[in-house]
Amino acid sequence: MPAMIEVSDLVKRYPGAPSPAVDGVSFRVEQGEVFSLLGPNGAGKTTTLAVLSCLLAPTTGDARVGGHSVRTDPMGVKRLLGVVPQEVALYLPLTAAENLNFWGKMYGLGGADLKQRVAEALDQVGLRDRAGERVETYSGGMRRRLNIAVGLLHHPSTVFMDEPTVGIDPQSRRSILDTVKTLNQQGMTVLYTTHYMEEAQELSHRIGVIDHGKLIALGTLDELTRLVGQEDVIELKIAGEHVPSELIEALRRLPDVSQASAEDGAVRLLVPDANRALADVVAAAGAHGVRIAGVAVQEPNLEAVFLHLTGRALRD
Amino acid sequence: MRKLWAIGRKDLIVLFRDRAALILMLAAPLALTVGLGLVTGGFSGGQTGLRDIPLVVVNLDQGPLGAGLTDLLQDDDLQSLLEPAFLDDPAEARRQVEEDAAAAAILIPQGFSAGVLPDAGGAVGPPAAIELIQNPGRPTGSAIVASIVSGYVLRLQAGEVGAQVVVSQLVASGRMLRQQIPVEAPAIGRRLAGNASNFSLIQIESDVAAAEAPASFNPLAYIAPAMALLFLMYTVGMGARSLLLEHEQGTLARLRASPTSESQVLGGKLFGTFLTGVAQLAILITATTLFFRLEWGSPLGLAALILAASAGATGWGAVLAAVTRSPSQVGSIGAALMLSFGILGGSFFSVELGPPLLQALARLTPNYWGLQGFTALASGGTLADLAGPIAVLWFMGLALFLAAVLVFRRRGAARG
Repeated sequence: MPAMIEVSDLVKRYPGAPSPAVDGVSFRVEQGEVFSLLGPNGAGKTTTLAVLSCLLAPTTGDARVGGHSVRTDPMGVKRLLGVVPQEVALYLPLTAAENLNFWGKMYGLGGADLKQRVAEALDQVGLRDRAGERVETYSGGMRRRLNIAVGLLHHPSTVFMDEPTVGIDPQSRRSILDTVKTLNQQGMTVLYTTHYMEEAQELSHRIGVIDHGKLIALGTLDELTRLVGQEDVIELKIAGEHVPSELIEALRRLPDVSQASAEDGAVRLLVPDANRALADVVAAAGAHGVRIAGVAVQEPNLEAVFLHLTGRALRD
Repeated sequence: MRKLWAIGRKDLIVLFRDRAALILMLAAPLALTVGLGLVTGGFSGGQTGLRDIPLVVVNLDQGPLGAGLTDLLQDDDLQSLLEPAFLDDPAEARRQVEEDAAAAAILIPQGFSAGVLPDAGGAVGPPAAIELIQNPGRPTGSAIVASIVSGYVLRLQAGEVGAQVVVSQLVASGRMLRQQIPVEAPAIGRRLAGNASNFSLIQIESDVAAAEAPASFNPLAYIAPAMALLFLMYTVGMGARSLLLEHEQGTLARLRASPTSESQVLGGKLFGTFLTGVAQLAILITATTLFFRLEWGSPLGLAALILAASAGATGWGAVLAAVTRSPSQVGSIGAALMLSFGILGGSFFSVELGPPLLQALARLTPNYWGLQGFTALASGGTLADLAGPIAVLWFMGLALFLAAVLVFRRRGAARG
């Protein structure tokens, strides 16, 4: 069975940029799959989606959506896609219903069909009661939900969602994640980008980890966590927020520590067994005159995977 | 075409929901039209809905013709137009005109009736003329008074009024029976008309005003389209700004991610600007017609000119969108363009007053061609008279649109 999305050695280099924004990325997304691209800000997630949405032409390589090439048949690609951009892309002086009507027409909908789909979309994101109000009066969460509704209005077989939960309240975030799950249960293929590992963990069948424009890991959650060998993460909060570089060096020399890094006044450690390593870690901090303000231990997760692969925390 | 219409309609709605834009698109040109109209005396004409023209009347005539004229000036039909005040002193009447307290003074001399109507013995007294003193500062108002008085005098000289008066006097004195009126009245009228000498029964003072008044050009017929065209350039600037705003706000990318071609998106945006311009001009023209009773000319020519003016201005809007990089840049460059085109194109003063270079540059602006068309139309021009300005405006719009498309393509290629 052909993949719904097939990306082959994709490169996108912006004129004048020292390095490509997307650098030889290849992956496949099967029909009915939720695939997440996980990476920090500036990793190349949005540029990858822009190329797949035919907003940017690839420098080299190609991508196919539903068998249509972004290079040779962009209109064929666009007809299959629903796109939910990272920023809310709506007309604020228009009402929700007016926005949906307008975007529906851009996807070739009209008449009774459009009317019905507008009503469905409003129900789907819980905005039917507010449909006649101008979007400029909406809260951030409501705007995000409407932003998603616009992308789903024409019943696309594949939807691209670019960090749809950035900057919204927990309730709206929950609602959006549930919407993605529901859409996938209905058979929709979803390509989702995020820098929140919990979202990628919760939603995805498979995850691609991207950094500096390169896809550095790809697999299911289990496959990826196995990469770090089931290691735990210890995070030490340091009083005064200054982490001496000597302490990091000393921690790296400890036999029970695989990796150590300093970020935002905290020390992050990858260790095979947190219980066994913790005493030596605390002692090393004391020996360097560093006072510990807090300790957190995490089981293996995508954060640990990213730390393992890049030596940096995902949130940076 | 459906997508073009949908994008254009959406832009029209978005812009008309922007209060600040509405103020500049509609309220500002109307306010300036009113202001400049007051300064230039554009509201002192009957065509502009003038009411209550102040007028002083001195009737020294003891006879029925003087009374007939004063009755006419107080007639129900003229009640809203004229506001006559009756005095006894001709000097006082003259002073009121000089001090601009009245648009005109009518002095009916003693013996005016006697100079026209024969007495019982058939004798006619020495002729005496009505004196009309016009206020040059109120050319249209005083011209209206002059036309009313002239009309009365013309009827008098044709024998109509005199015959009516003589017949009513004969009936009242019992010297004529009512049954005799149909036969006798026309005969008396013919006799009176035959008596009419070359002597004019009306003398008009203030020659300058009298000469200008009948053909007075209503300044509003120039000011209103000049202001509408000036602010049309603001509207097309807003259209250009909306394209860059859509780029900033992400809706342009979303449009391009939908199965809508680049040319449909750009065409739709410009169509929206064009529609908004048409709506703006139509509203301003309707408002000035209703509020100021301004006559714009043939509706067909007007419609053709509105479409052409909006097309020409939209072409400039397209170029503005193509050469600017941000909405704030459009704001500053657009304002400069609007003012320069206003000055060059004759929105503030007639292009003919400027040096030859200015006159040549004026032809690059939609303001100039629009004004040529609107003034020709207001002066009674037909669709054929407008062919030149309309053709130039459409050509301007199309050529600039194509130039803008080329710039957009070049920028798109550079962006990769």
